[in-house]
Amino acid sequence: MIDPHESTTDRSDLHVSQNGDALPPPIRRIALDRQPTVALPPSQDSVALANGDRSLAAAARPTRGIAGPERMSISGLSVFYGDNEAVKNVSLPIRQGEVLALIGPSGCGKTTLLRTLNRLTELTASARREGLITLDGADIDSLEVTEHRRRVSMVFQQPNPFPMSVFDNVAYALREQGSKRPKKSALEPYVIDALQRAGLYDEVADNLDHPALRLSGGQQQRLCIARALAARPEVLLMDEPCSALDPKSTNVIEELITELRTDLAIVIVTHNLQQAYRVGDHVAFMYLGDLVEYGPTDQVFDNPSADRTRDYIGGAFG
Amino acid sequence: MATPTRPRSSATPLPPLPLPRTPGTPKAPKKKKRVNESIRTWRLTDRIGYVLMWAAGLTLCAIGIGILAFMAFKGVQYLRPDLIFSHPTVEPDQSKSGGFLDPLLGTILITLIGILIATPIAIAAATWIVEFGRPTWLARLIDSGIEIIAGTPDIVIALFGLVLFQQGIFGWMSFTAAGGAVFGRSFLTAGAMMSLIALPMVFAATREGLQAIPAHVREASYALGKTKAATIRRVLLPSVKANISTGAALGMGRIAGDTAIIVVLLGASLRLDPEGSIPFLRVLQGTGATLTSYVYNNSPAGEGNAPQKAYAAAFVLLLIVLGLNFAVDLIARSGKKSGLETSRLGAR
Repeated sequence: MIDPHESTTDRSDLHVSQNGDALPPPIRRIALDRQPTVALPPSQDSVALANGDRSLAAAARPTRGIAGPERMSISGLSVFYGDNEAVKNVSLPIRQGEVLALIGPSGCGKTTLLRTLNRLTELTASARREGLITLDGADIDSLEVTEHRRRVSMVFQQPNPFPMSVFDNVAYALREQGSKRPKKSALEPYVIDALQRAGLYDEVADNLDHPALRLSGGQQQRLCIARALAARPEVLLMDEPCSALDPKSTNVIEELITELRTDLAIVIVTHNLQQAYRVGDHVAFMYLGDLVEYGPTDQVFDNPSADRTRDYIGGAFG
Repeated sequence: MATPTRPRSSATPLPPLPLPRTPGTPKAPKKKKRVNESIRTWRLTDRIGYVLMWAAGLTLCAIGIGILAFMAFKGVQYLRPDLIFSHPTVEPDQSKSGGFLDPLLGTILITLIGILIATPIAIAAATWIVEFGRPTWLARLIDSGIEIIAGTPDIVIALFGLVLFQQGIFGWMSFTAAGGAVFGRSFLTAGAMMSLIALPMVFAATREGLQAIPAHVREASYALGKTKAATIRRVLLPSVKANISTGAALGMGRIAGDTAIIVVLLGASLRLDPEGSIPFLRVLQGTGATLTSYVYNNSPAGEGNAPQKAYAAAFVLLLIVLGLNFAVDLIARSGKKSGLETSRLGAR
């Protein structure tokens, strides 16, 4: 018979012997007659913890951005895939100098909304759009699509550098359509500037000729941001840019987002509520295609007006 | 934090299933620490299958090595450098009938013509199918068209080519007799038909490569404001370079090894036999031979009946084709290192 108390004795004295030598960690003995550990129902504290203690997130938040002029405006936007209405009558302003975070459960239409902003949904044959989107007051349908996408650039969920060198990845965005001009030497300052803005230059300065696919995941994503910044866009769309990355790279990219927002209007789609809280100046909560709530981040997180927002932010559904 | 544990079942445990004990179950070995799964615990049919799999692999390996060893033995025995560098001559006395310089050049020439015609067409067709492919019925039609070309026996392609190139409008490709009859047999006509042998390989390799590129890579290019044309030229086609090279090398191997089209469409002159007066083009318009037709003619089945030379030429041909296959492996490996495949294929 094994003494049930043996496994629960205070182990602090076992780790270090009296003369100070570190002992190997004690082998945990299985007590056969002990009560099995039962999973406790989650307490209120643990719910708060699972959703991230926002006091920590709040400490990590940068100062709020200063809202600039409105660059894009969405009014009465609906997007259909066949008969399925993915985005229902959404109206939102997108302002320079601030980050708009789109949150909501999977399939709520937030990515579709984002892709509609630079007319990528048009690539899907079955997609149809209603409502008005303007860029600096002009209907985006009246703009040439390639020109529009240069002004409203996008970073994707999956880091997707092209299979070419680091330099060429950025230069590709700068060059005229298919041509190889301007030459490398003429582009170099612009490429370096874009890489610096994306906070990647110091890491790749010596190997701009290396294939971009050899970079780490976080570096690849920052390269994609550099590529998107190279053409000097006015609006930067980010579709869950950190979901494929480790926490450290995520941190670097979040810092980057807050730095970039002074010159740009940024729209970010995220599954990660803490991230929306950290980087977002305004938050839009979408559910099943509807825009449920839109407002300043603090208001949406601390004092949501809709029940569904409260439930989602509280972790009742995901 | 409390570790969740599964609540203990209160029901009495089930009795063990009455499984038949396999007769050969080994006793626990005494000395070895790790016990790997032993085939002796397998059922008889599984054991037979296991042995057959080994046997199949080893047999194929043995056949391959056998062919190579036999050809190497015969080839080294009869291959002399002067065979490669001297022209063949029609001569009953084998010591005076020369080497196979002309057939060797013929093989190189026909392979180049074939692959130069096939590659651009195949890339264009594959790119259209993957990147445009509308209307769907047309895409399906083109797909089956290429499948039919791939499945047609080469002798049928050869006969079709002969009928086609004997038409008056193709007179410039070969030799036109005084009466206006078109001969229809030349390097150009044979090369054009040979391209049909290589085309399905380049097409399939290119299409596979393009299909493996995830959609978000294309979207990344569109999102930078690039047109579809720019995306295809600067992103998509450069990413499938390795695939195209692999397909082209495979296709070249097939062309170099083909006999039927040579016999029917290139004519059976031993030497390069130019027609007309324009330099170089006259060679293409003329007839000739390749290593395959040379081997056929000199084998005991052919007219020349010089088996030694057939072996030597066959060995050279084998080396060419093996070299091309080796190139395929190299390209595929280097493509995997730097291309999209490694980092992207698993992603989606």
